[in-house]
Amino acid sequence: MNFGFSEEQELLRAEVRKFLDQNASIEETRKIVESQEGFDRHLWNRMAELGWVGLTMPEQHGGMGLGLVTLLVVLEETGRSLFPSPLISTVIAAKAIERFGNDEQQARWLPGLADGSQVATFALLEQSDDLAAEGIELTSTRDGDDVLLRGRKLYVPDACTANLIVVAVRSGADPEAVSLVVVESDAAGLEATDLPAMDLSKRLGKIDFSDVRVPAASVLGSPGTAWPAIRYLIDLGAALVTAETVGAAEQANQITVDFAKERIQFGSPIGRFQGVKHPLAEMYVDIESYKSLIYYAFWALDEGEDGAALAISRAKAYASETFPEAGINGVQLHGGVGYTWEYDIQLYLKRGKWMRPMFGDANYHYDRIASLGGL
Amino acid sequence: MDFQLSTEEEAFRDEVRAFIEQNLPSDSDRFNPAALANWNQKAREARYIGFAWPKDVGGGGGSIMQQVILKEEMAKVKAPSLGTCFMGLAWVGPSIIQYGNEKQKQQYIPEILDGAYQWCTGYSEPDSGSDLASLKCKCVRDGDEYVVNGQKIWTSIAMWSKMIILLVRTETEVDQKHDGITCLLVPMDDPGIEVRPIRNMGGGAVFAEVFFNEVRVPVENRLGAEGQGWQVTISALANERSSIAEVYGLTRKMEDVKQLARETRRAGKRAIDIPSVRRRILRAEMKIEAMRLNGQRFLTKQLKGEPLGSETSINKLHRAALEVELGELAVEINGSAGTLTKGSDEAPDDGAWAQFALGWPEVVIGGGTPNIQKNIIAERILGLPKD
Repeated sequence: MNFGFSEEQELLRAEVRKFLDQNASIEETRKIVESQEGFDRHLWNRMAELGWVGLTMPEQHGGMGLGLVTLLVVLEETGRSLFPSPLISTVIAAKAIERFGNDEQQARWLPGLADGSQVATFALLEQSDDLAAEGIELTSTRDGDDVLLRGRKLYVPDACTANLIVVAVRSGADPEAVSLVVVESDAAGLEATDLPAMDLSKRLGKIDFSDVRVPAASVLGSPGTAWPAIRYLIDLGAALVTAETVGAAEQANQITVDFAKERIQFGSPIGRFQGVKHPLAEMYVDIESYKSLIYYAFWALDEGEDGAALAISRAKAYASETFPEAGINGVQLHGGVGYTWEYDIQLYLKRGKWMRPMFGDANYHYDRIASLGGL
Repeated sequence: MDFQLSTEEEAFRDEVRAFIEQNLPSDSDRFNPAALANWNQKAREARYIGFAWPKDVGGGGGSIMQQVILKEEMAKVKAPSLGTCFMGLAWVGPSIIQYGNEKQKQQYIPEILDGAYQWCTGYSEPDSGSDLASLKCKCVRDGDEYVVNGQKIWTSIAMWSKMIILLVRTETEVDQKHDGITCLLVPMDDPGIEVRPIRNMGGGAVFAEVFFNEVRVPVENRLGAEGQGWQVTISALANERSSIAEVYGLTRKMEDVKQLARETRRAGKRAIDIPSVRRRILRAEMKIEAMRLNGQRFLTKQLKGEPLGSETSINKLHRAALEVELGELAVEINGSAGTLTKGSDEAPDDGAWAQFALGWPEVVIGGGTPNIQKNIIAERILGLPKD
């Protein structure tokens, strides 16, 4: 029984923290998010060299072959710094290729992802904003040795920077007749557009597919059978997003605690007043608690435990209710300055807006818990 | 990270399961005194009562992991409690083991393990509740005796107890209010002790006021040194912090509430299919699971030899909120009949839910109110200035 991280994992955490403190202070991050791509290629490449991008990717394809629990410590730290990078998107796409692709497909795409030269993402949602199989309407039609893709994906993370897109497509009338296709972003007929959103540190976009021609060999697994795979990718995405949120929520609360210690009103630091300290204590309780849930979920994912999906949904539901609140609390407890562009707490509030619907909000995950746990 | 049991731990778990298989009273015997006495006798022989205590005082010498396994296995089968001297096993015994002299250990520990009688706890006073260290119960030394005058309140099961562990003030001129407090072990049959049960909002009486009028206590009944009472208390309350048993208690109540929601029909549909009821059930279950895992994180810390600090307030806050929520949920599910009490023809489950919904203050206020727990977290963990 050991519900904690190994010495190596703690060392990794310290290393990531040092890297981010040195290279991605919040001032740096504010600059990076204003850039065209919204992330820093140079830092991305250095992270890849350090092995962090390919941490969970197979060793024979240039990755480190480590478990998701190890990635968890990296995500907690990137989240704490609101570090803008396509790490989560790339990891999800790589897992799709690793778990559901054949040897040839893995050898073709994974090395470029592990070494950071390629950025990838997973395009799932469409106009219906529905995470169920029925929500996938983008059509895939067989045409000789190719498939033709037609439709539009929305709310795709890192849509404009990804070189590779793992796309969920419809290949038949049966609700679950869906497939996963890997598409290179320079394919003719593919157009990605940025969708400006509240959180500048997380880019979202739409991708239009106008009869994009892709070799049938780019379909992962057998066509029309990908629903369980997509289900897994949604769970994985929810887990990764929640892990990043742990660090971000802790930092949002910490920033507010620090402010409450400094800010003097009525002749004393406002953190002395129970009206200020109690919401901060409540937030601490909720963050620690969903942290326990997501830690366990990562372990269960690594071990292939049956309870992994349930654990993820509990964690994501709890996080979706807690983290956005941490940002709102933080801004409110700051008073007037919390509302300014200059203070950092608002950046965390916006991250809360991004994370809430990402791979399912609390409503979605409570329903999923009910269906998994059999009320 | 690893949630699996080691081979030795699995062996111990199997041993506990075999014990349960052999000795657990049948469902029909759950309240049969003879069957329960036999259960406790067997548990005593297996040293499962006082399992965490050192072997030389008659305990089981169980490791932290073994204690967890024992509690989990017992909880899974809803086994009767191990031992009957509740406060003796929870904190009086541990205090005596840590601070008592040989004579006190030999006298009291076996009686606690045997469940020979009940202990009660004389800490709170009318003006010293959350601010316990401000207590005033007067105690003056007179030769080989202490003379106690004063009042305690919220003393659970005082009317059924033979002994009380009592905090008194032996010194009033102190720099820190935590100083000058002394801990005494006092027989309740002293003619100067008067117990007045307090009727609670549920209609029953579990706790009482206890009055001390010229009660003479031999100095040898003092636990620890004079003026050391605060430390004795704090270390004893630390024993109360393992939250594992609490989680299982809540899990059982949760199961009962779910069952109720499945069986109760409201406006033509099952209560569990009403979206708001459903959401509240799922949220409560999520929090109980978070408590369970929080407990495992704390346990990992303990296994590494690190002392537990104020983080245990996390689960206390969850528990407080859940005790209230589950009671409210059950009463709401029952609708108009939810307000009916025992004896009403129409009362669901003969008023058990109504009684449950009126019972939470004992737990929620008893172990330190939620606001106090939030202060503890804000000040000791987040480092915010003290009030």
